[in-house]
Amino acid sequence: MIQHLLSQLPALQVVLPLVAAPLCVLLRRGNAAWTVYAATTAATFAIAVVLAMRVAADGPVSYHMGGWAPPAGIEYRIDALNAFVLMIVGGIAAALAPYARRSVAAEINGERVYLFYCLLLLCLSGLLGIVATGDAFNLFVFLEISSLSSYALIAMGAKRRALLAAFQYLVMGTIGGTFLLIGVGFLYQMTGTLNMLDLAARLPAVEDTNTVRAGLAFIVVGISLKLALVPLHLWLPNAYAYAPSAVSVFLAATGTKVAAYALIRFLFTVFGAGYAFGTLPLGEILILLAVAAMLYGSVAAIYAADAKRLLAWSSIAQIGYIVLGASLATAAGLTAGILHLLNHAVIKGALFMALGALFWRVRGSRIDDLAGLGRLMPWTCAALVAGGLGLVGVPATAGFISKWYLLEAVLAEGRGWLAAAILASSLLSIVYIGRLIEALYFRTPAAHIEAGEAPVGMLAATWLLVAASIGLGLYATPAADYARAAAAGLLGGGP
Amino acid sequence: MLDTFVGLYNYWIVIVLMMIGFYILIGHDNLVKKLIGLNIFQTAVFLFYISVSKVRGGTAPILTEGDPTYGHPLPHVLILTAIVVGVATTSLALALVVRIYEAYGSVEEDDILELDRDRDSGA
Repeated sequence: MIQHLLSQLPALQVVLPLVAAPLCVLLRRGNAAWTVYAATTAATFAIAVVLAMRVAADGPVSYHMGGWAPPAGIEYRIDALNAFVLMIVGGIAAALAPYARRSVAAEINGERVYLFYCLLLLCLSGLLGIVATGDAFNLFVFLEISSLSSYALIAMGAKRRALLAAFQYLVMGTIGGTFLLIGVGFLYQMTGTLNMLDLAARLPAVEDTNTVRAGLAFIVVGISLKLALVPLHLWLPNAYAYAPSAVSVFLAATGTKVAAYALIRFLFTVFGAGYAFGTLPLGEILILLAVAAMLYGSVAAIYAADAKRLLAWSSIAQIGYIVLGASLATAAGLTAGILHLLNHAVIKGALFMALGALFWRVRGSRIDDLAGLGRLMPWTCAALVAGGLGLVGVPATAGFISKWYLLEAVLAEGRGWLAAAILASSLLSIVYIGRLIEALYFRTPAAHIEAGEAPVGMLAATWLLVAASIGLGLYATPAADYARAAAAGLLGGGP
Repeated sequence: MLDTFVGLYNYWIVIVLMMIGFYILIGHDNLVKKLIGLNIFQTAVFLFYISVSKVRGGTAPILTEGDPTYGHPLPHVLILTAIVVGVATTSLALALVVRIYEAYGSVEEDDILELDRDRDSGA
């Protein structure tokens, strides 16, 4: 019985939130829906951890959906990289549960709270599906599930601008999804298969055709839209800034990470590093865009008047680091990129949580609204500072580790100017985090705000992620080893 | 030369439709018109998949006596899924447009941005 259940874990991972979502609607009560959300996310995180342990012990796990053998049937394939990203997404979703209860109650109309959790579960299910599946078309379907629910979640923001932000994201997201569909169609036309491993086996025979090259281009552009890689980032600042706080946390910590995963999966597993970065000059293009993202995102963050928008621009810069690591196409670069996937998810999750907790008290997220809160809400603001230092990459935080790995990878390639760009972007991040610190600690608070912390659940979740960020900074070896194993798997050596 | 245009006419139709849709999406300010463009854009991709599945001289993929040549059924199924996704996207987008109209009293993107800008300078 237990053994049977264990063998179903790859499917359960995705099916559980998918089934729990309509359950929330049936219950129709905010508190009951929250309980369902908390239980489901705890279970999916536990499943992700068990899966990761199995992958580490026995190598990749393959699950045949409905008992149909691949490549005809849909395969769920969990290797070191999937398991890693599943743990990130599951972990963030679970950590969000104690946070969301009070935050959502304060920001969402009471009658709609159960719908909010339903959408959040659907979005989670879609993200987990993207990561778990080994089928290119299945990935498109899950991408749309997660996107559709995130458009609706963003539209639940309190300001009316959230509606236009959601609409603009919908238009750009649908273009991205459709581009992916075209690309997958081209590959299918040439190979007659949709299974990723089967595609990888059959593509070399036809790779010297314009159809495959166009397919690669469509897939990269489509995913880059979801990833918000400069210059396809226009939807992101508004979407993050006007979404409810809990949604900003969830999307910033998981949404773009999963898109980065999808990009890495397509480039390295389906097309192969030799084709994407050797035969075609994709590496140079992506490196240029990544550097542009790192610098432009950081500069834009400095000029942001709204703290949520500041963090959103900083996300765009951080996505640049991940893409830069991956597009070096070396083991060291990929390791750094995958490691930054985790570290940025934790750090940005913590920062958006802390900001949401401040928003809970002052009902505003403009930097002027945050003036002087350092004295009124010391713990929340300390979390914001600790997260900010992680973003800058101060030693003993997670951000330092991944930036260090990235610098090493870049210097090993002998590309000094890339190292200079990384350092410049880090210096710029000191400026924008400094702006937050200046507002929090060196200004007088508005008279009408009373001292007092955010609710304990919100604070606990925030500090959990801050602690995780510091923990990952101090004990970097396990995560780094795991990322190295995942990178080795992608480049065709090791498991 | 003729082969490129006549022999591959299905691809030309797909490309033209796709560009028409994309142009409407980019060129128009009206949110509903943008959606119509998005739909045409998506439909072009659906047509691409469907036309790829056609086998010359093939019948519909139904099991009958003998061993007939039949069109490839898998792309049809894929596109059924994609059509469902498209319907969901359109309905969600239309719901958003209704809410935008309630909040701003306009569905022209320029007007909406203008309304928000006025509010910023006033505040």
